[in-house]
Amino acid sequence: MQNMTLILLLAAMASAAFYMGRRRSLAMVGGPAHGSLLHSLPGYYGYFTLIWCLLPALGIFLMWVMIEPKVIVALIVESLPDAKSSMSAGELNLLVNNIQNLAAGDAISGDMDAVMRDAANRYNEYIAASRKMMATLTLGIAGVGGAIALRRIRPEFRARNRVEQIVMYLLIAASSIAILTTIGIVLSVLFEAIRFFREVPLTEFLFGLNWSPQMAIRADQVGSSGSFGAVPLFAGTLLITTIAMVVAVPVGLMTAIYLAEYSSRRVRAIAKPLLEILAGIPTVVYGFFAALTVAPWIRTAGESIGLEVASESALAAGLVMGIMIIPLVSSLSDDAIHAVPSAMRDGALGLGSTRSETMVKVILPAALPGIVGGILLAVSRAIGETMIVVMAAGLAANLTANPFEAVTTVTVQIVTLLVGDQEFDSAKTLAAFALGLVLFVVTLCLNVIGLTFVRKYREQYE
Amino acid sequence: MAGEQRKSREIVEAGLARRRRKEKLFRATGLVATAAGVIFLGVFFATLIVQGSSAFVQTFIELDVEMSEDLLAPDGELDLQYADFDGLVRNALRAEFPDVSGRSERRELYRLVSVGAGYQLREMLQADPSLVESTVTVWVPAASTVDMLVKGNIDPSIDESLRPISDAQVAWVESLQEAGRLATRFNRALFTNGDSREPELAGIKGALMGSFYMLVVTVALAFPIGVAAAIYLEEFAPKSRWSDLIEVNINNLAAVPSIVFGLLGLAVFINWMALPRSAPLVGGLVLSLLTLPVIIIASRAAIKSVPPSIREAALGLGASRMQVVFHHVLPLALPGMLTGTIIGMSRALGESAPLLMIGMVAFIVDVPGGFTDPATALPVQVYLWADSPERAFAERTSAAIIVLLGFLLIMNLAAVIIRKRMERKW
Repeated sequence: MQNMTLILLLAAMASAAFYMGRRRSLAMVGGPAHGSLLHSLPGYYGYFTLIWCLLPALGIFLMWVMIEPKVIVALIVESLPDAKSSMSAGELNLLVNNIQNLAAGDAISGDMDAVMRDAANRYNEYIAASRKMMATLTLGIAGVGGAIALRRIRPEFRARNRVEQIVMYLLIAASSIAILTTIGIVLSVLFEAIRFFREVPLTEFLFGLNWSPQMAIRADQVGSSGSFGAVPLFAGTLLITTIAMVVAVPVGLMTAIYLAEYSSRRVRAIAKPLLEILAGIPTVVYGFFAALTVAPWIRTAGESIGLEVASESALAAGLVMGIMIIPLVSSLSDDAIHAVPSAMRDGALGLGSTRSETMVKVILPAALPGIVGGILLAVSRAIGETMIVVMAAGLAANLTANPFEAVTTVTVQIVTLLVGDQEFDSAKTLAAFALGLVLFVVTLCLNVIGLTFVRKYREQYE
Repeated sequence: MAGEQRKSREIVEAGLARRRRKEKLFRATGLVATAAGVIFLGVFFATLIVQGSSAFVQTFIELDVEMSEDLLAPDGELDLQYADFDGLVRNALRAEFPDVSGRSERRELYRLVSVGAGYQLREMLQADPSLVESTVTVWVPAASTVDMLVKGNIDPSIDESLRPISDAQVAWVESLQEAGRLATRFNRALFTNGDSREPELAGIKGALMGSFYMLVVTVALAFPIGVAAAIYLEEFAPKSRWSDLIEVNINNLAAVPSIVFGLLGLAVFINWMALPRSAPLVGGLVLSLLTLPVIIIASRAAIKSVPPSIREAALGLGASRMQVVFHHVLPLALPGMLTGTIIGMSRALGESAPLLMIGMVAFIVDVPGGFTDPATALPVQVYLWADSPERAFAERTSAAIIVLLGFLLIMNLAAVIIRKRMERKW
């Protein structure tokens, strides 16, 4: 809340800076009547002062907020007696947590002694001091920045160009965030994955047939050293993706063909938005439907014809995922079909072929690259889909091609390895990042190839 | 020549019936495929509504509670925090069924009423302390098993050991029903409570507030950044390798699986920047990265649709390029940008996989009051409840989904209306 007050104060100072900058520029030329003597419109002098007042102060504020906790924890650890500061990292972490809880007045785990109470008091003192320093520094810099800007205002000062320059930098910064996000994804996943591969060899991860990521809690425990062969996960992902595509590709493609070629305008006007609703339903809702409606239904249906069906079968997850992907396939196929020049279609029809022959023998071959690109994007979507499989597919890492058995996927394992509190540097947690790396690389390749296909194809007929 | 002509004519005619059959079949397949999607949608909404609508009402039991001072304040001092309100409820139940004796029978009797009854009495007394020593008639929530029985989700005719409610309890419920002391009413708890282990007390308010705080962060970050990026790429970026790279990048980011963004959030925001776990602030940061590509792509399309004549006219009158953009292009492109932003937000509202990674799946009872309080989100609440074994949670899950889909519907309608009303054809 104190931060909120500070931000409000900064905002007030910024508006004051704008007003003062504007007034000073007009005062220099002797009032609004002589505004044309200024290089820029008076408002730009105001914006110039505002930027100088606000930007450096905000930068300092953000930096302070980000490093404050680390510095304070370091100071507290420094001030602890030697016996405590020589503890292992985990114990120290727990101690610091306890001190923080104590400082906030919450319940703590373990015993409380005088040392800790001292540390907690010091913690509160440091926080209070840091807050005071931050407020003074931020407001001071805002004031100094505004004053410097005010002093620079002259009638011939090129305020508009300066302001536009800064706005341009801000625009560039905003557009680089997309790049930064990609770099962030690659680095965060890659670093943790490398740490994982230091403990588990890459070949075992990629080609091992056994996945059981339980690690021993005690060193003398039996049979829980953990094995990280990810082939069952890849196979499970592949199985569910295949089932999904078997549902989505024919249905999506035929839907696109029917809506583009056969349906009346009224049917299209109703059916298209309805199918788009399918695309807008959150995946967790599909997961709920797969787990509580489709899976029991498949199970009873299978039992009635004497099939052994697991309650978390790959089929249920795959089927529902296929339904989810239908709109994606059909809209991308629709684009591809519509991009085929109508001369080709008219020519085929004019030579006497039926509509279905035109479609199968002329339009679809011409649209094939676009459709294939769309299917690749759909596959990438199916591989990365998480909630449906988390809720409807199992956790058992079976290496099987039987759709009635339970399988697990890459995304399911990422979620199960990372949900809940874990030590961040155990192989078990790091394995999730290795799986994330595989997932990112595979979907990235599929996306790049798919997007290239779609774009190349579109250009071909434009 | 003439013979040949007749020959090819014969060939064509011979094949005509087969070709027409094929044509019909092809057309029918198309129709079936289209219908399949639409039928699924119908089945889907029908099951949701059938399962979920009953969660909007809740069974209540009327009790005459004697606010006995002996029980509330045994040592003469009334402490609302520790007073035995459950004892009051138990007494009232015993008074209702005086002929129930024996410990285990009584315990069964007490289980008719939710543990929330005691809290309700405490709140009553807190609001009006003069109620002590009087007898009040209150409607208290029934236990979820009773609720399920009344709603017909538990069949009383099956064997006693197969259902979570005993024969004696069924008999008591029936006698309450006959006396008119049992009724179903609107389930306010669903909208005013946070999560709970007891289905009859569990509500979605905590999840709703969590989603709300997250969306605030997401809009505040993703909208300005997305619009700024779109302006730069569309109006100022030189045709260089760098801007090509950004362009390819944005298209790819839009197709990266959402769970990967969760990994990014866990590694960068939580482990590196040490932001709090389970906080809407972190959720909002991750979701804004996730929706940024959507907003950028929509905003670029909106800027592209502004005709160049507008820019040329403004430039001709002496405006700088920055002035052209901010005074003329941006206001004209705003409706399209807003539509894109709303669609991005509706995607963010339905997203749950990345939130699992940053710890927003914790069981949180308190309704979050700020951006750094532990919170969960509406879709994650759906996920949590869907995992609960109680029958009563299944109906609540459907109800939460109905609420979630309701919000998505409103957002998408808003987007459509903005597009329809403010769209300009040049």
